[in-house]
Amino acid sequence: MDAEISLTVDGVPRRLTVDTRTTLLDALRERLGNPSPKKGCDHGQCGACTVLLDGDRALSCLALAVAHDGAEITTADGLAHDGELHPVQQAFIDRDAFQCGYCTPGQICSAVGVLDEVRRGWPSSVTPDLGADPELSHAEVAERMSGNLCRCAAYVNIVPAVQQAGAAGGPAAGSAS
Amino acid sequence: MKPFAYARPADVAEAVRSVAAEPGAVFLGGGTNLVDHLKLGVARPDLVVDVRTLTSREVLDLEDGGLRIGAAVTNSGLAADRRVRERYPVLAQALLSGATGQLRNQATTGGNPLQRTRCVYFSDVSTACNKRQPGSGCTAVGGSTRNHAILGTPGVLPDPTAPETCIATHPSDMAVALAALDAVVHVQGPAGERLVPFADLHRLPGEDPSRDTVLEHGELITAIDLPPMPPGARSAYRKVRDRASYAFALVSVAAVLPGDGGIRLALGGVAHRPWRARRAEEILRGAELTEHAVRAAMEAELVVAQPQPGVDGGNGFKIPLVSRTVVATVRDLALEARP
Repeated sequence: MDAEISLTVDGVPRRLTVDTRTTLLDALRERLGNPSPKKGCDHGQCGACTVLLDGDRALSCLALAVAHDGAEITTADGLAHDGELHPVQQAFIDRDAFQCGYCTPGQICSAVGVLDEVRRGWPSSVTPDLGADPELSHAEVAERMSGNLCRCAAYVNIVPAVQQAGAAGGPAAGSAS
Repeated sequence: MKPFAYARPADVAEAVRSVAAEPGAVFLGGGTNLVDHLKLGVARPDLVVDVRTLTSREVLDLEDGGLRIGAAVTNSGLAADRRVRERYPVLAQALLSGATGQLRNQATTGGNPLQRTRCVYFSDVSTACNKRQPGSGCTAVGGSTRNHAILGTPGVLPDPTAPETCIATHPSDMAVALAALDAVVHVQGPAGERLVPFADLHRLPGEDPSRDTVLEHGELITAIDLPPMPPGARSAYRKVRDRASYAFALVSVAAVLPGDGGIRLALGGVAHRPWRARRAEEILRGAELTEHAVRAAMEAELVVAQPQPGVDGGNGFKIPLVSRTVVATVRDLALEARP
């Protein structure tokens, strides 16, 4: 059964007809030709399909496209502006935070979401004091990025990359909470 | 995936009418569990009714000092709410210990308690499962039972061919905290609204393991109320799992000390529903919460436990593990209280 929907993908408004069974991930990759979000497990366990959905990081493989008519989606492909890489993208290059690269678009979208959540003062399960604003410690980054698997195990460089991008983006905590 | 029709009704009343009228209809919230089940063939609805944008996305202050959580409030939004972090730490900790940042951004307050078991045989449509296909039997009995129940089951090694056999656990962390908090669920049905105490929302397998909750087909969770916490009340959630992050609980404990001499304990990962340890609560009412007293109370609670053998070594380890986890959680809360 088909439905007509509108999505804004990386700033560009798109209209498309989708089967009600189509996930946001398949709509992006197969219908709109944006291969940036990856299909890893397709069951919400690996994070390779992570995009920013109406501003928040989300798993596009567990979202039905028809349920997100009108949504604004940013993929890793849409993070750079005027040829200048997003600070998270630059940090992943500076820190050599990938090997094969398959999980990287999801890692990068997730990291952008993590930094935004930390700026908003959101706690995690390793935040020592639920009442205090979190700091971008190694433990905080590891916990917050735990939904993004890397089979090359580049974690040892991903964590510093996220920390670097957080430091580059101004005070890591408390500015908007 | 089986084809299905999709509807986004104008309001809750219309959504409830649509699902109630169609036996093959389901509600869609954040979709993190349902969409996976659509792919696996575990869920095969004819009609998907999207309610994500129909219920409240706000957490409201109630006159009595409690909070009303709209069903569409996300798990991450709820965990970040200052009032929840300050007054209901058990709930914030439970939410933050579950899933991942991405999933918490998508999962909703109304949907989380209605997620299905992570029993691997339930998810595998090639195996017998009374919960997925009533009457087909239970493959989990004698199989890999590390993640299965020790309380509220039909016995040790129950008959795997019996239609009532099910040793699944409920996977939600949030639900364990809400059971300990004595939260109240607002349920909208075709005949109007009713209130369900959260601790009574989930059921044991009984005669019908296919039913996880007491909700009737077409009934929708629209909000969850948290009762006020008296000043000085304390609470905590502690989860034990195979990995440091992003894993379901082997066992978990939600403990609430309301400050009236009582204690409320809910256990996760041990039963078909969040397990209120009422016997232990009764024994500990008014007692000094020494390690010895808590351990003895848990021993009494777990007298009825039925550890399941399994090819993976079974789940008997959960009996001492959940007892020690309760002892540690209550000890930490008692230490917190000392000046």
